[in-house]
Amino acid sequence: MPSYEIEIILSRQLADSLSMPVFITDTEGNLIYYNEPAEEILGKRFEESGVMPVEEWGKIFKPVDEFKNPLSPEDLPLVKTLRNVYPYHKTFWIESLQGKTQKISVTSFPIIGRSGNFSGGIAIFWKDERL
Amino acid sequence: MNIKLWGVRGSIPVSDPDTRQYGGHTSCVVVSQDGHFLVLDGGSGMQKLNFGQELTGKRVDILLTHFHLDHLQGLGFFKSLFNPSMEVHIWGPASSTHSLHARLSRYLSPPLFPVLIRDLPCQLHLHEIANSEFEIGPFRIRSRYVIHPGPTVGFRISNGNGAFAYIPDHEPALGLAGILDDPHWISGYDLAAGADLLYHDAQYTDEEYRYKQGWGHSGLSDTMKFATLSGVKKLLLAHHDPGRTDVQIQDLLTELLLTGQYDFPFEMAGEGMEYKIGT
Ligand SMILES: [Zn+2]
Ligand SMILES: [Zn+2]
Repeated sequence: MPSYEIEIILSRQLADSLSMPVFITDTEGNLIYYNEPAEEILGKRFEESGVMPVEEWGKIFKPVDEFKNPLSPEDLPLVKTLRNVYPYHKTFWIESLQGKTQKISVTSFPIIGRSGNFSGGIAIFWKDERL
Repeated sequence: MNIKLWGVRGSIPVSDPDTRQYGGHTSCVVVSQDGHFLVLDGGSGMQKLNFGQELTGKRVDILLTHFHLDHLQGLGFFKSLFNPSMEVHIWGPASSTHSLHARLSRYLSPPLFPVLIRDLPCQLHLHEIANSEFEIGPFRIRSRYVIHPGPTVGFRISNGNGAFAYIPDHEPALGLAGILDDPHWISGYDLAAGADLLYHDAQYTDEEYRYKQGWGHSGLSDTMKFATLSGVKKLLLAHHDPGRTDVQIQDLLTELLLTGQYDFPFEMAGEGMEYKIGT
């Protein structure tokens, strides 16, 4: 069983020590890790869900723009990062599990290791309290 | 393949009456088979090597895990480098900024060393490696980046019927969660999995590691956990702290033997020890 690249392993260890929600995917978009603060957003625990394909985790969010128009997965920063191997940032709204609308800012960037190879993507979510 | 340990000390060479049993030279291990020689790391133990009649050809390969001085300080004293009839190959980890030649030159040039790389009389060949697979004589070699400050690899050397894993500087437990139980998430797992012999960093006691997290080395319990999860057949605990005496090393081993349940044999690496794997 091959292990992940060390830049992915170290990203998980970093995410584990942060208080903001962090999502880590492989290059295919499979969600291979999310930390405890991210579990609140997904409404799932990583230990229970394990690795989730993009089709599955992409549906859990209900992202909308400022006019409440739904955003397609292709508009989400992390999905764009994986497609273009480029950093993105976007502020939008998601419906929380309790039905409340939450404004969030997402920053995503590709993980590129020492050998220059693209090994995955990271997204960091900021709950934006300034409505 | 035959394996001989020429230097097992971490960080800096020591020379005291109370370190003589395990030895004071820094990292250097020689793997050989059918007249082919691989020298793993160029610590101070390398200075004692002298290949002569036992070489089949005129080639020797040096595999460097990284460029910390305790893995490099013997290189300038390696006799084959000064022999014009010798073909010397140096394999070392690539960095995203400087070439292998540039990084070796930092040490092999004044003011740190009197001779420049370009003035070495041997036929020198440099090879940059990363997460690589390559062959040298009867050996298949896998290198993988592992957790340690600066570009650092470990090696897995196979000869078709046995595998030796060499990871002298490694901190797989770095992070709040320590070593995770899932092989996907363990640095160095691909190198060590099922190896006949694992040579691994065990520089610190668990108490010392609490104060030295991020320094790139392992506490004893983490080394044992890494070896257990990797399913190795035998473990050598190495890269002994320079402040550790023979008696203290022996005591740590005794404590491990008395307190832990492990389904593989293990011992403290000592200078001069020899092992045979496969054929
Ligand atoms: Zn070292
Ligand atoms: Zn080191």
